[in-house]
Amino acid sequence: MNRIQQKLSENKKLLSIYFTAGYPKLGDTVEILQQLEKNGVDIVEIGLPFSDPLADGPTIQESSQTALKNGMTTDLLFEQLKDIRKKVSIPLILMGYFNPVLQFGVENFCGKCAEVGIDGLILPDLPLAEYEENYAAIFKKYGLINIFLITPQTSEERIQQIDSASEGFIYMVSSASVTGSATGFGNEQNDYFQRIALMKLKNPLVVGFGINNAETFQQATKHTSGAIIGSAFIKMLSEKGLDGISTFIKTIR
Amino acid sequence: MNYNVNEKGYYGEFGGAYIPEMLYPNVEELRQNYLKIMIEESFQKEFHQLLKDYVGRPTPLYFAKRLSEKYNTKIYLKREDLCHTGAHKINNTIGQILMAKRLGKTRIIAETGAGQHGVATATVCALMGLECIVFMGEIDIERQAPNVARMKMLGAKVVPAKSGSKTLKDATNEAIRDWINNPVDTHYIIGSVVGPHPYPDMIARFQSVISEEIKKQLNEKEGRENPDFVVACVGGGSNAAGAFYHYLDKPEVGIIAVEAAGKGIDSGESAATSALGKVGIIHGSKTLLMQTADGQITEPYSISAGLDYPGVGPMHANLFTSGRGEFISITDDEAMIAGLNLCKLEGIIPAIESSHALAIFKNRKFKKDDIIVVNLSGRGDKDLDTYIKYFNL
Repeated sequence: MNRIQQKLSENKKLLSIYFTAGYPKLGDTVEILQQLEKNGVDIVEIGLPFSDPLADGPTIQESSQTALKNGMTTDLLFEQLKDIRKKVSIPLILMGYFNPVLQFGVENFCGKCAEVGIDGLILPDLPLAEYEENYAAIFKKYGLINIFLITPQTSEERIQQIDSASEGFIYMVSSASVTGSATGFGNEQNDYFQRIALMKLKNPLVVGFGINNAETFQQATKHTSGAIIGSAFIKMLSEKGLDGISTFIKTIR
Repeated sequence: MNYNVNEKGYYGEFGGAYIPEMLYPNVEELRQNYLKIMIEESFQKEFHQLLKDYVGRPTPLYFAKRLSEKYNTKIYLKREDLCHTGAHKINNTIGQILMAKRLGKTRIIAETGAGQHGVATATVCALMGLECIVFMGEIDIERQAPNVARMKMLGAKVVPAKSGSKTLKDATNEAIRDWINNPVDTHYIIGSVVGPHPYPDMIARFQSVISEEIKKQLNEKEGRENPDFVVACVGGGSNAAGAFYHYLDKPEVGIIAVEAAGKGIDSGESAATSALGKVGIIHGSKTLLMQTADGQITEPYSISAGLDYPGVGPMHANLFTSGRGEFISITDDEAMIAGLNLCKLEGIIPAIESSHALAIFKNRKFKKDDIIVVNLSGRGDKDLDTYIKYFNL
């Protein structure tokens, strides 16, 4: 069983954190991961920065630009993560856009992930059909779980397709928006969370986009298995640095 | 070999729809409907009526006598510069606004670099009474003040793209983000043959009126539909796609795509994607693009704002790698001289984009009886400032 699947089988509401590798400082990656684990975070998404992050709002755009300016590269990230499995044991997911992965070579990239102990990937602009046709076998060979997104506009038929292609969890985008833009959840989101939960999919649901405090975390996880915080965490890092991590996590749950 | 798009949305290995799931319902809706809508009789009728009465089509195919004498060959100019708003861009925006209406969309977004596509979009939105938001890089807004004013006069809202390098690619990113945020009522009018399938194919089809007319007009003038060569500049590649479209599968017609070398291909300030690009993903399409070894998209440079796009449409990427197209790159200096040359010889002030296509004659030699059609994609009014500064006029 993959570490992600194992974590999902624990009967709890999972807290997942996204951060951009190389931000605020180039060498912060390992320290952030250790602090997140120490403070009880269940899963971490490590963002591989990209010059043109289409699905991201200003906060993650800026953190990506800063990370690239700091000198972050795919090679360097793998180098930083070389001994990570001696230091943290929670599931780790790499999240990024497809182009840097394509340039690295998909097989080479997956091989490196397996080598350092990455458990899964989220590549929002790698579509389901392309993945299944060209890359699923490679992901499988290296024991990597690919995580797909759904949104309030995704049809039930497509959700079923995504469910059957998924082996970890389904990343439920909370509302029609880029990252970091929602301000609280209303009836629309609650109905959507409930509607999808009632579909009784084989994969657990984890909600992302727009979760920034204890209230939105609770709303998001009422009908689902967990929630992911990204922009709010990065905003905190930009204001308080790594010293703020412990307090931030405690305010969420 | 087929150089058109296949049923999966690819030109050879290029194309596809590499988009986040948030965009899937919109792009899929368009993919399922665009061909159906385009062949509807009412659509065709309205489209062609507007092209005729509003855009001013057919645009002339003009035999450039003095230019031909200078280069000792037969050069025809397809006068897209005479279209309403000053360039071929409006062929596509007319098509897409009619598409948007039939899809029930009420809000239109677009990206623009120099502002030509923004103006063409604002124009058709005014024509149809639809809300129009144009994303434009903050730096481009400063550089292209007259076009910003034109868009505002036409009732569009111009939103500065402040992310990344603050130019065309970032304006495109911002438009895509807006579409993610407004998935139900909004149609995104992309301005070139780029973006996820079906955009490159749909836009190429709207622009294909250019080569449809060339065939007919050349037949009237020369008794043959096919020139020996058709030449067009390529940034994203929409005017080229339109000029090449009906000749793609005619091997007797040579296809020449002209890219902007900027200050020289090896200068670090260039936009010659076929020479400098590698296969990658930009704005939802797999194509050739300028990027670092690490897959970060780099900022191109050309004196012509309409050619400085780091990628190229997937149709053109395939024309390049398959060898079907001949790709030539032209520097800023060569283009500026060719532009002034056309003014003096033919009394036509070309857009600097089109000047790149005109500049090939200096080094690329043709036979005396070769018939060459150059797509004159736009007029130079918008470029007067650049011409003034360059030539100290």
